[in-house]
Amino acid sequence: MIRIEKLTKQYDGATVVDDVSFEVERDSIAVIVGTSGSGKSTLLRMINRLVEPTSGRVLLDGTDTRSEPAHLLRRRIGYAIQGHGLFPHRTVAENVATVPRLLGWPDARIRARVTELLEIFQLDPATFADVLPHQLSGGQQQRVGVARALAAEPAVLLMDEPFGALDPIIRAKAQEDLLDIQRRFATTVLLVTHDMDEAFRLGHRIAVMSQGRLLQYDRPATLLTDPADSFVARMTGLSDRALKLLALTSAGEAALPGSSEGPQVAASASLREVLSELLWRREPSALVLGEDGAPRGHLTVAAILARAHP
Amino acid sequence: MPRREWIDRLGLLLTAAGAAALFGLPFVVFKSNRIVPGEPRALHEVLPLWCALGLQAVLLTDAAIAVGVADARRRLAASLAGIVVLALAVAAAANALTPPGDKVVRIAPGGAFWILLVCLGLMATDAITRMRPGPLARVLLLAVALAIVGAALAHGTFDNLSVMREYTVNSGRFPAELRRHVWLAAGSLVAALIVGLPLGILCHRAPRLQPPVLGALNVIQTIPAIALFGILMAPLGALAARLPAAAALGIRGIGPAPAVVALFLYSLLPIVADTVLGLRRVSQAAVEAARGMGMTDAQVLTRIELPLALPVILTGIRVVLVQNIGMVTIAALIGGGGLGTFVFQGIGQTAIDLVLLGAIPIVVLAFSASVLLDALIEALDRSASASAGAKS
Amino acid sequence: MWFANFLRLAALALLLTFLLSPQSFAPLFAPLTHYGAPPIYDQGNLLTLALAQLGTVLLAAAASTLVAVGLGILVTRPAGAQFLPLSRTLVNIGQTFPPVAVLAVAVPLVGFGEKPTLIALFAYGLLPIFENTIAGLRSCPPVVLEAASGMGMSGGQRLRQVELPLAMPLILEGIRLSLVINVGTATIGSTVAAKGLGEVIIAGLLSSNTAFILQGGLVTGLMAVLLYDGLAALERRLSPAVRLD
Repeated sequence: MIRIEKLTKQYDGATVVDDVSFEVERDSIAVIVGTSGSGKSTLLRMINRLVEPTSGRVLLDGTDTRSEPAHLLRRRIGYAIQGHGLFPHRTVAENVATVPRLLGWPDARIRARVTELLEIFQLDPATFADVLPHQLSGGQQQRVGVARALAAEPAVLLMDEPFGALDPIIRAKAQEDLLDIQRRFATTVLLVTHDMDEAFRLGHRIAVMSQGRLLQYDRPATLLTDPADSFVARMTGLSDRALKLLALTSAGEAALPGSSEGPQVAASASLREVLSELLWRREPSALVLGEDGAPRGHLTVAAILARAHP
Repeated sequence: MPRREWIDRLGLLLTAAGAAALFGLPFVVFKSNRIVPGEPRALHEVLPLWCALGLQAVLLTDAAIAVGVADARRRLAASLAGIVVLALAVAAAANALTPPGDKVVRIAPGGAFWILLVCLGLMATDAITRMRPGPLARVLLLAVALAIVGAALAHGTFDNLSVMREYTVNSGRFPAELRRHVWLAAGSLVAALIVGLPLGILCHRAPRLQPPVLGALNVIQTIPAIALFGILMAPLGALAARLPAAAALGIRGIGPAPAVVALFLYSLLPIVADTVLGLRRVSQAAVEAARGMGMTDAQVLTRIELPLALPVILTGIRVVLVQNIGMVTIAALIGGGGLGTFVFQGIGQTAIDLVLLGAIPIVVLAFSASVLLDALIEALDRSASASAGAKS
Repeated sequence: MWFANFLRLAALALLLTFLLSPQSFAPLFAPLTHYGAPPIYDQGNLLTLALAQLGTVLLAAAASTLVAVGLGILVTRPAGAQFLPLSRTLVNIGQTFPPVAVLAVAVPLVGFGEKPTLIALFAYGLLPIFENTIAGLRSCPPVVLEAASGMGMSGGQRLRQVELPLAMPLILEGIRLSLVINVGTATIGSTVAAKGLGEVIIAGLLSSNTAFILQGGLVTGLMAVLLYDGLAALERRLSPAVRLD
């Protein structure tokens, strides 16, 4: 869906992004992680041409992004940044309606879309539509920012540290909301962050960057079991990699047939959570229940431990 | 890497304007006496061919440099050379057109000269701005420019130009009026400082005073200058009538006294407002530290607060000085003297050269004051941040 | 608050009454004259003169605004950034030239009357508007500009829909300052036969009639104060309570 081919960016002799290539599948979330100075933000901004590459190209659904004027390209791509950049002189509704208005949608359609999005983001339209950004809390502003990015139903959403300014509890909720939204709209999301935990939480695939180069692009589990080099290994966390690996699998996926007399756990819980629960209660096994309450199987400590290494 | 601009847009603009002026407007204007409207004369009509071609060659070179050369120093040198050659050319034209011994004929620079002068001046200004000279360099540049022009004037190079002819006619009065102009502007500034600085400090200490004081001063600002001059004439006239001592001092209904008082009143607002603003911006931490070290209030004021507030106060002084130099011109209407005398006489007699005789020195004075004070402010700012940096 | 409003209305009422029926104020001004000189200016209609002066000022302000805002926008674009230092220097020089000098030099070029006055007021009024336009455009939070570009606004759309509206309070402030200063400065235009209240003042100066001088001066002063105040209220009404934090 998004194919990045040999993207390079140089400023005055310094190479900020160095020959990066990878591909993001349709209807998935790819997360680009790296420390500051790794070039991840610059890479992101080359996709919607806020920064023009020195060499290389980006293909969106097979079409080169340079085949049309930049500002028209950007109207088809959602863009949400840290600090969200809400227009201070426009109401929430006007902010969200910006790109549809640029595209010339009829008024009725714009109104309907704005109401729909505000409801999805849990901002009651009656209360929030005509409010100015500075009257909102940080968390509300962040949600309006993402809503605005999705207003014109883009196939692609670019996000640059969108949750950076939120405090931990709100951030966790925002991350969950993003997963929901992505599933609902089947958008292809490319998200930049420096937070490895966030990457593991959100990404179907993760791209690790350092000093402009792409070190590894893989599923989260593979990053843990087969890191490309010691840097990637350190970044993903050597000290608790076994537990991180467990966190990536859900109880439902690993459940063994059979039953158990032990505590009940949800199928959606991660193996890490189940292990923690079993250790706490000093029980050898747990019963896995599906969403509907029906038993799906059971898990033993030994079975869990068997999955804690490559 | 930003693409190097091969064609300087400003240079292109200036070249186009200069060329249009040179070929479309007269180089000098010939008047058989000071009151008749003049007849235009083109460049080739007034200078021998080699002179005219020489000037055009220099201008062409300057145009090429303006468009193609990016180095600021070269541009500055080229434009200054161009200005010098242009000035000499117009002086030569004046000399050529003046019959020997004639004192009545007036030859004034024409539109082409002025526009070319402005274009070359813009090129020079742009070059200087790009070089970003420090305060001392700017002052030196100004001093050198003034010295060169002064020397040329004293030498008599421009004596046959109309403006200098007017000067010769009025040479008795000119130095006196110039001195008076400077005295009036500076004197009212000093008086405003003597009253305004303490008033500003008082307003800073007692913020409740600010609205009434600043409000009253604001109201004074809205009264037009000539009105204020006029309004003061009656009371001052009465004062002179009642108190012989005042009359002896030169305080009369007409003359410079109303102008000085009016200028003093106008100058108060910028001084007081900027003093308050400057003091407000002094870091409270510094004041606390000073008190903690055992300084008395007066010491804190003189050693810490005023020096730190100085750049802002100086900005107010600069505004006042430039404003006053301009307003003293109007004082001529009520008999106050100064360079405005020439300006208004010139307007009355429809003799532009007399007007220029007054207006040009006024502009030079205002500009020089502005440059000097700006340089002083910048020098103070730099030394303040330098010493702050050194201490931390 | 209500006291300020009361003062405003009182001042406006006073001004209008005086301009519409000046003779009714004759007894007030009579003590200021001697030898039976007329207490109220009688060589022209005060209302007409006041409106003429206001008209000149507004025309000059319109021209200054057009040029200063246009120039301000130009030098804050990447293409025009090379003109910024020069523009700044020029506009500063424009303010350093005393309006009287500009007036005097303009007369031989364009004649007497309104034209040289317009030129002088135009040059003098550029600086506040220019500097405020630049300050206003630069005060736009960079993250808002990035979001606007990232969403697909072209340069022109970004300027019209985001930058200018956010810069508007500062620009209006500059226009207001420029206008009010020029109301007083415009009186000088009467020395070159421009129609305005300066006529009244100069007539007073010539015939030592303090009443005339006061009338011209006070009416101008009142106009300036009311304009300053009125425009401030208009500004507050036009700009929404935007907080750029």
